[in-house]
Order: sequence, then structure tokens, then C-alpha cells
Amino acid sequence: MKKVAIIGYAQHPILENAGALNEVELIMPVVHQLFDELGISQNNIDFTCSGSCDYLQGAAFAFVEGLSAIQTNPPIKESHVEMDAAWAMYESMLKIQMGDADTALIYGFGKSSPGRLDSIISLQMDPYYISPLWPDRVSLAAIQARVLLEKNIITPEQMITAVIEARTNSKNNKNALVTELVDKEAYLASENISSPLNEFDCPPISDGSSAMIIASEEKAYEFTDHPIFIEGIDHRIESSNIGSRDLSKPTGILASIEKLKLEKIKFDVAELHTQFSHEVPYLQSVLNLSDVPTNLSGGPLVGNVMMCAGLDAIGKTYESLKSNDFTNGLAHASSGPCLQHNMLVHLEKKS
Amino acid sequence: MSDQKDLLRAPFELAYNYKRSSGPLMSKFFDALAEQKILGTKSSTGKVYAPAAEFDPETHESLSDLVEVGPGGVIESFSWIEEPKHHHLIKNPFAFALIKLDGADTSMLHMVTECDEADLKIGSRVSANWSATIENRITDIKFFTLEK
Repeated sequence: MKKVAIIGYAQHPILENAGALNEVELIMPVVHQLFDELGISQNNIDFTCSGSCDYLQGAAFAFVEGLSAIQTNPPIKESHVEMDAAWAMYESMLKIQMGDADTALIYGFGKSSPGRLDSIISLQMDPYYISPLWPDRVSLAAIQARVLLEKNIITPEQMITAVIEARTNSKNNKNALVTELVDKEAYLASENISSPLNEFDCPPISDGSSAMIIASEEKAYEFTDHPIFIEGIDHRIESSNIGSRDLSKPTGILASIEKLKLEKIKFDVAELHTQFSHEVPYLQSVLNLSDVPTNLSGGPLVGNVMMCAGLDAIGKTYESLKSNDFTNGLAHASSGPCLQHNMLVHLEKKS
Repeated sequence: MSDQKDLLRAPFELAYNYKRSSGPLMSKFFDALAEQKILGTKSSTGKVYAPAAEFDPETHESLSDLVEVGPGGVIESFSWIEEPKHHHLIKNPFAFALIKLDGADTSMLHMVTECDEADLKIGSRVSANWSATIENRITDIKFFTLEK
């Protein structure tokens, strides 16, 4: 199997409300930042793949407009996933492994501020048994949080720690949206949105975009002597029937851990697509990360651009490996209610 | 500019102006709601999925053996909403809950209300309340309330 490396990643400053900036105007700066850093143009890209959600824009095929951010003449090979852009990266990686491309541009974008994210996410679920009840994303997350708390898999203290650390770590990410520190008193004084979750346990409504460029092994060495390879990647989805899942048993993630033989790897850093505070200690425990610096970027709790935050976890892991004396990094991307669909990515820097 | 009379025009209605079929299995589930019955499906391993599932996510077999479950059941987990938002169907404080109906091995997502948060626990028994009008939708079950 051909090896694939990440050679560039850029993130737009995460905004509370991008206002009149449209999706194209959010994507263009990050794509061009990458092109400028690598000294290339769209002509050097063999395959382009984006991740976004038409529900956010409220129009069918809204993602097509995103292509206005890049040069599409002469015609390009292009695809889109109605998923987090982490899965656009997955598709691009397969394209390179199949020998159809040596370079790929991935971008993700999302503007959550104009709509009502809670009701929009409800619409994306099972249209027979779940959507008609209008369960919001916070309430579904809260159902899993309560299961984990009840079974003592996590503690309320760990949730508070996750919130405090996310805010503290936001200083490491110049693009973070939420940078205000919070203490335990403020956390405890906060009213629940959907018990047991309060506003600090939830990610901020965020607008933004991110882009990444990946390349085949030969191509990657044209840009760097120390490529950061996608050494292992695996994603699994669990039932859309939320009531048939054991919300305290991450069967999909456990299968990925086994497939990727993660227990044999000593990770230097991890970035998790943990949108709610309870997911941080839960996944740290599942992934055996108690001694591994996790979410040094602050993670989704300090900026959660829909359809980008998973790609951002991969991108932030890449940045950590690139700028530190690190070798192995673990990234996690997620989709669906209560961590239904999860991707694990093992990145390794060649010395 | 071309003459106004040469322009092609078409009406445009922004709506989901189509009907969705609920299929051979789930249509039976929705028809049964009209009789105030809740159906599940039984797999070859004996596991009962409720609400009725079209396939078993563990064995991947298609399911067709319908069995009646509920209308009472046990709360497996819940989230409590003290201040409902615009899109919520219940305007008073309520819970979204996973409810394992009597006779089922999996849970159904629905709502529980007419109680306080402190009244609810994992393990609390609840029972279905029915809507006055039947629409063959999951909302024909109006919500669940604590069993007296």
C-alpha cells in the first residue's frame, strides 16, 4: 500500500459570527495560505475533496459553491463528502493509494451562526423514529454523559477538569474562539442546558474553515525531509438506532484500536474531536491516554467548526509533531450522536 | 435583453413536497400505533429490538418477527430540559429519555414529562401516553409519564 503524508494544514480563525463573510471567503484564505507556504498552485493538485453540510446553508448542493474558492479551470478532479472533512481526507488518501493522484487538497467549512444548530442537527437523524421528536445535539450528548457518570466510568470532577484545561490550552491555538479562563466556581454556578450538561460542557457555535494538503511518499519528500505519514487510519460506525447501542461501550473505537494495534504505540500527543466535556475523560480512558498530552489546542470546546473540527484534530496533531520533538501522534474525528462514528488516525514523523 | 415573453418561468416552492414511505416493516409499527400498540422485532438470537428495527446491527440479518412490547418500561438514561427551546415539542420542563419497554432488549428514544427532574432516575418506570390524533408517526406516542 502506498504511503501518504500530510504536507500542510491551515485553519481560519474560528469566529463566533462570520457575518457577511460567505463560505467561499472563508475557504479562500486557508487554501491560498497553504499554496503560498508550499510554493504551489491548484495546478499542482491532482485531487480535491471537501467536507461540508448542506443543511447548514439550507440549500441542496450548496457545497458546489465552495469550489468558487479554488481554480477549477482547467477542469479538476474533485469530490465532496457530506461529512466532516476528516472523511474527505480519508477519501483523498484512498485516491493516492490507488495511484490516481500524488497530491490532494482537502478543505472543510461550516457556518453555524446563521441557523439554529440544535434543530438542524435533529433533522439529520433517523427520519422515522428520532427526527420527529426534535432531540437536540446537547440532549443526546447529555444522555450519554449520564450513562457514563452513573456507571462511574467518568466523574463530574473530570468533566470540570476537561473544561478548565480546554480553556487553558486555548492559548496554544491562535485561532481559538473561546479563550476566557474558567474556574470551578463559575462552572458549578452555570445552569444546565440539558442536565447533566451546562453551557461550559458544550462547544461554542462556530464559523470557519480549514484546509490540508496530503501527498504520496515520493512527492512528500519534495517538500520536506521529515514527512509526517498517515501510518494508520481506521473508521467505524455504530447503529443509527441510538437505543440499541450500549452508550458506555465504544465497540467501534475498540475495533479500530485493535486493527491499528494502538496499544503497542507510545504516543507523544493526541487531539480528540471531543465536542462535550464528558467525552474527554471517556475517550482518554478508552484510548489509554492518561499519560499523553491531549487536546493541547484546546479542542472543540474552545472552537468547534462543524464539518472541520475532525480535520482540525488531525491538523493540530500534525502541527504538534511538526513543531516539537515528537514522533507519534493520535488524532480522532467523530460524527453522529453520542460518538456514533469514529475515526482514529496514527501520524508518525520520520526522523 | 430578450423580450419578457421569451423568458422561461417555473414556480418554485421551497419545501419537502414529497412523501416518505415507511417501508414494509416500519409501516406495521406505525399502523400499530393507531391501536395504541408498540411493536418490536425479534432476531434469531432472541433479542427484541423496539422500536421495530429492520435489521439486527449485530448479526446483520433482516428482521420480520414482530412482537408487542410496552406500553410500560424503564428509563435507561435521560437528559433534563428545564427550559425547552423553540423546536422542542413539549413546552414544559421535560426529559429526553432512552426507555427500555417491557419485553424489549433495546431502548426507544422518547420524551418524559409531568414530573420534576428529581423524580427521575435511571431505572424509573414510565408508561406511554397517547396523542389524541393519530398520524402514524412516532409522535402518536405523545410522551411518557412516571407510573403511579
